[in-house]
Amino acid sequence: CTDDLNQYPHVRDTSQSVFSKPENYVSALAKCYASFVTAGQERGGGDADLSSNNGYDYMRCYFNVQEAGTDEIGSTWIEGDNIGDLTYLSWDANDPWVADMYYRCYYSISLCNEFLKNATDEKIAGFTDEQQAEIRTFRQEARFLRALSYYHAMDLFHDIAFADESHIGSSILPERIESQDMFNFLTTELKSCSQGMLDIDQCEYGRAPRAAAWMLLARMYLNAEVYEAGAKYDSCMIYTQKVMDEGYALEGEYAKLFNASNDTRVGRGNEIIYPLVVDGTSVVSWGATTYLVCGQADQDYGYDPEEVGCAGAWGMFRVRGEIPALFDLDNDDRAMFYIGDQTQYMDNGVDDRTGGYFVRKWSNLTDDGEVASNTASDGVDTDFPMFRLADAYLMYAESAVRSGANMSTALSLVNELRSVRNAASVSESELLATSDGIPFKFFLDERGRELYWECVRRTDLVRFNCFAGDNYVWQWKGGVKDGRSVASKFNIYPIPAAEISANPNLYNADY
Amino acid sequence: QQSHVNGSVTDAKTSEAIPGVTVFVKGTQRGSITLPDGTYSIKVDKGEVLVFSFIGYQNQEVVVGPDANYNILLQQDYINVDEVVVVGYGETKKGDLTGAVSNVSAKDFNQGVVTSPAQLINGKVSGVQVLSGTGSPTSGSSFRIRGGASLNASNDPLIVLDGVPLEAGGISGNSNNFLSLINPNDIESMTVLKDASSTAIYGSRASNGVIIITTKKGSKGNISVNANSTNLIQVKTKLPEMLSIGEFRNVVETDGSDAQRALLGNSNTNWNDEIFKMAFGTDNNVSISGMIGNTPVRLSAGYYNQDGILKTDNAERFTGSVNVSPSLLDDHLKFNLGVKGALNRNTFANTSAIWGGSTMNPTIPVYSGLSSFGGYTEAIDSDEIPVTGAVLNPLGLLNQYSSTSDVNRIISNVDMDYKFHFLPDLRFHATLGYDYAEGQGNIYVPEEAAQYYQTFGRDYTYGPQKNENKLLTTYLNYKKELSDINSNVDVTLGYDYQFWKSSTPAYDVLNVYGDVQSSTAAYDQRHALISYYGRLNYNFMSKYMLTATIRQDGTSRFSEDNRWGTFPSLALAWRLSEEGFLADFEALSNLKLRASYGITGQQEGIGNYNYLPVYTISQDGAQYIFGNSIVNTWRPEAYVSNLKWETTKSFNYGIDFGFINNRISGTVEYYTRVTEDLLATVPSAAGTNFDKQILTNVGNVDSEGVEVTINSTPIDNENWTWDFSFNATWQKQTIKNLSLNPEAEVSNTPVGPTIDSYYFQTFTEGYSPYMFYVYHQLYDESGKPIEGAYADLNGDGEINSDDLYHYQNPMPDYVLGFSTSVRYKDWSLSTSLRSYLNNYVYNGMSMNTGALGTMSYNAFQLNNLHKSYLETGFQSRQYLSDYYIENASFLRMDNLSLNYNFGRIYDLFNLNLTALVQNVFVITNYSGVDPEISNGVDVSFYPRPRIYSLSIGIDF
Repeated sequence: CTDDLNQYPHVRDTSQSVFSKPENYVSALAKCYASFVTAGQERGGGDADLSSNNGYDYMRCYFNVQEAGTDEIGSTWIEGDNIGDLTYLSWDANDPWVADMYYRCYYSISLCNEFLKNATDEKIAGFTDEQQAEIRTFRQEARFLRALSYYHAMDLFHDIAFADESHIGSSILPERIESQDMFNFLTTELKSCSQGMLDIDQCEYGRAPRAAAWMLLARMYLNAEVYEAGAKYDSCMIYTQKVMDEGYALEGEYAKLFNASNDTRVGRGNEIIYPLVVDGTSVVSWGATTYLVCGQADQDYGYDPEEVGCAGAWGMFRVRGEIPALFDLDNDDRAMFYIGDQTQYMDNGVDDRTGGYFVRKWSNLTDDGEVASNTASDGVDTDFPMFRLADAYLMYAESAVRSGANMSTALSLVNELRSVRNAASVSESELLATSDGIPFKFFLDERGRELYWECVRRTDLVRFNCFAGDNYVWQWKGGVKDGRSVASKFNIYPIPAAEISANPNLYNADY
Repeated sequence: QQSHVNGSVTDAKTSEAIPGVTVFVKGTQRGSITLPDGTYSIKVDKGEVLVFSFIGYQNQEVVVGPDANYNILLQQDYINVDEVVVVGYGETKKGDLTGAVSNVSAKDFNQGVVTSPAQLINGKVSGVQVLSGTGSPTSGSSFRIRGGASLNASNDPLIVLDGVPLEAGGISGNSNNFLSLINPNDIESMTVLKDASSTAIYGSRASNGVIIITTKKGSKGNISVNANSTNLIQVKTKLPEMLSIGEFRNVVETDGSDAQRALLGNSNTNWNDEIFKMAFGTDNNVSISGMIGNTPVRLSAGYYNQDGILKTDNAERFTGSVNVSPSLLDDHLKFNLGVKGALNRNTFANTSAIWGGSTMNPTIPVYSGLSSFGGYTEAIDSDEIPVTGAVLNPLGLLNQYSSTSDVNRIISNVDMDYKFHFLPDLRFHATLGYDYAEGQGNIYVPEEAAQYYQTFGRDYTYGPQKNENKLLTTYLNYKKELSDINSNVDVTLGYDYQFWKSSTPAYDVLNVYGDVQSSTAAYDQRHALISYYGRLNYNFMSKYMLTATIRQDGTSRFSEDNRWGTFPSLALAWRLSEEGFLADFEALSNLKLRASYGITGQQEGIGNYNYLPVYTISQDGAQYIFGNSIVNTWRPEAYVSNLKWETTKSFNYGIDFGFINNRISGTVEYYTRVTEDLLATVPSAAGTNFDKQILTNVGNVDSEGVEVTINSTPIDNENWTWDFSFNATWQKQTIKNLSLNPEAEVSNTPVGPTIDSYYFQTFTEGYSPYMFYVYHQLYDESGKPIEGAYADLNGDGEINSDDLYHYQNPMPDYVLGFSTSVRYKDWSLSTSLRSYLNNYVYNGMSMNTGALGTMSYNAFQLNNLHKSYLETGFQSRQYLSDYYIENASFLRMDNLSLNYNFGRIYDLFNLNLTALVQNVFVITNYSGVDPEISNGVDVSFYPRPRIYSLSIGIDF
């Protein structure tokens, strides 16, 4: 009876049997998508995907590494949430959030690689033509999602590990790839996969259309110099133009992009190109947008949390004084602050909750003002717009201004956007101005106004050479009240110490 | 036809006649004794057996044949050399042992109420540490033999109960104390196999040692009944040293903000007095043993009920066992049937109340006088709902939380032993074992309770988890005395099959309205083990002994290429005291040298399917949405396809000695051990697997140790007996390599418990496991720690994680045990003490409540601070300061008992009374609650109570 030594899982399954049925491919692909917003296979992160320091999902980590150290946020829970080093730009290779972000990126990359490994033409040859065609489309989406995670990893860590399908389950150590080579790989990959992805009309809600790949290409081209890939503003304009030609339209009511009905603002005639789905019944997350809605709400000092449909206010965030200062607070739909008795600046420390305005951009109320879900037990119902049209407008305009081409289009795009947001129009000279010694500072500011708390701030500040160094200091930058210059190494996060011990191909140049 | 038989009895060594030797005919009342010249005479039938017995000598038997004269040489009885010790797949005489084996029988067990069999031998055996959980009656204990051999795989020894290897781990509703379902009162003896020679017969599961538990069997005499009843009270001992109410008010007034001062109340509440109580317990057992017809039978029943000192904490257990040992075919065919059952009901207190007991604001009342939250005072926000993350009223946490579990277990085994008629030296043995356990539980929290307030309480059941363990053991044993060549051989060849299954249905966590809060997937895990094994014992002239074993195991936990492993061992022993050149040393009654080498394996503590690419489907709520469809997701799990055994190679050297007719005896052992292909959880290169860390075969750990045991009976006469035993263990473990990539820099893998996701311990090459990894605190001239000031150990001018250093570890360097008992006539007084030296504990309670910042976690509540705040004045918590790591060496008196034996009462029964105190005192410099914290991080520890009990025992 040595046959009894062949034991296979019950309840669960093996990859061989999962991929023998075509209907399982959509479920495997769904995990690649879900890995951005949930952290486990049970509701709210139970049965965790991977061991981590803080145990949260991809987007909670991504929000923290893109926002916590910038002028956009002040975190109350500096000690409890271990977020002091991010807040004060003093992290090192052992920082828990930096490590969690790194491993979350590679976890999503591995999921996509595993999918691609099991979705080759050879593996699906036994299915019907229709099934094969669908799986081929899935394959392009998996390539897009992999590129998205790789883009995040490259933007955060620069010279990183490169792993594809051949590395999964093998003992081959991934090689180090420098950012410009990664950049070239990703742009080639995205151009290729976008051709097989669905267009605006074919793509169903929740999946990534081809315009999402174009948006990612555009964002990479806009920032190409940061990755030492040279100036690529012309390419940025090409891909933002393709996005603008696809059939999306700006949303008239800014607040409706971030509420619990924002799942209806995706696709043709709408502004959202690709949302990360969060749902209080089916996609329950304690990170992603739940973190934003509940984190911004504070019943002790702020507005009534019911105003944003929140049962459990976490009181974690306020916005640093520099961001409200960018606005004409009375003439801009995007200035969604709660001022109350708050002071604009955080003179008594980042964790003093009387300083800094509260933000109410994110909401768990539907268009009708109904509470969408019980945030205390289910999280929120609000999707996270990963890419939306306004960003394409601003990327196009910034590229135009920086490259000196298509200036008139740039100006009309900016003013069209501002007019929809009920903000005053601007002149060409404002777009071109160097203010406070920062060239084209209008775009840094306008992106702050349009996209604050949407995980782009750090990337923008780095592109404007304002993140590290002293070209721009904000309150508590570097851990001192009036801000100070920080070393340029903080433009790039360190690869975690544990990863360097596991993969000797990698190293941190500056940490 | 009776005839006279006569002869003389002399000492085999000195050839002197021995007077007073009892000579009796086996199985009868007939007998005689030897005369002063050592001669005897007795009437017997042919074929009857004469037994010669005398104190200090081994018994000898002679079958009466045609001769009329039998001269007998009696061998001196060395330290219980004839005592039979159960070893793996058989038994052996103590004198013939070649390996490091310790046996503790019932008479030497720890007394008093024990919650788990592990407690029976705590402090009794060198090289064995019993890690007791907490002070809760639902908490259990686990063993460490020689510190364990592994890092991330299990360090628990294999436990074999009456020939049935038990499954490691617990069951739903009794995860910590699975072994407690065996009534300690039914245990006859526990044998600890420590070195590879004795354990290698258990092959792939033997690296952490083996504990063989033998339960009591029916006796061959008249029917005897034993009943005993113990009743006890438990009282709390030490609690965390928090600020007194006066100090607290003072600190709030002086150091707090206006808002904090406003939160001071007028009450004087001692929260610990609210949540702790004096706890009662009772343990009652009855057993009946004797012959029914020709068959020895034993029946026992037990009832145990113990409250915890934390209110609402309780464990209740009914146990029963039946043992029948019939013999057939002139004793050629023997059976032993055993069934043990246990019904266990646990009521789990919400132990987070212990945190509240220490930290809840002492100036507020227990009850608010309002009806909300069940009347308990809670921290509420401006909307009058409980503040998120607040410390909840600890009494409310206890009284508004009901968690019970029912765990039932039945362990049965059938042994068959057949001596072949044509070849009585050869016997066939078979054991069929079946161990089944079922556990389920229910949790209820009312809607109005502050815990789960926003989600409307809890009301759900989980389980039943069903664990099954099936075993078939068969072996052939050939034992022959080859007197021509002065040799004894004993050969065993066997085959084992074992299969385990554990399953639980899916369940949902529900609130009181039945709304789903979370879903837990069904669980079904199985594994199988198939083994072939053999052992040769060879004994030449009773002086030179050899034991060789080999086992081959096949497990379902590894792929076909890796699943078979071979585990050999060899041991040699030399009984020097049998040699002529030592015959003149009258005082030396036993001296034996032993050496062994063996290879053992380890496969516990890892998953059953870790080598397979397993996929897990998501539960409701962890889905994704495409279009209008809600899609459950398939997730690949991390796996390592070439996973294999961890192997341990060990050497053991031992000396057994006895002096003055074994009035003083003892053992010294030295061992070295190298664990290779260590199953360890280490960082895996990102992009190659589905986790940041994977459990794989990597690196090695070296350990060594010295163990000393001394037993002595300095006084033994009619009125007085004085026994004592002492054991000491020194042990050291070092991680030699712990990286998948040998070129990588030495890394520190964070391990152990966390507080706010800070780790305090690491695995690092070149250091002991679980070293603390912290900053070196700097102090001002008055000796006060300076907040945030640490030594810049690498001298780069910055304090960052490069300045962390390795500082001590929770494992003691020395473990000492001491027991003694004194009898005067019918009184006896005994005690046992235990000591650890140089075990270090991180005082997490002192750190975590010892900073001003912890006085408020929110705007609506004050929390009490640890007294260490008065010393440090820290504003915020200094997680990684070595200030909080303390040497927790201790001496603990585990028990002290006074027993009076009334003897025969009215010639009807024997009566015995015992008064006992357990956990009598602890001497230590450690400032926290208890210096014995097995994981080395002391936070909110459930204090171990002091126990006073009175037992009455009756024998009919």
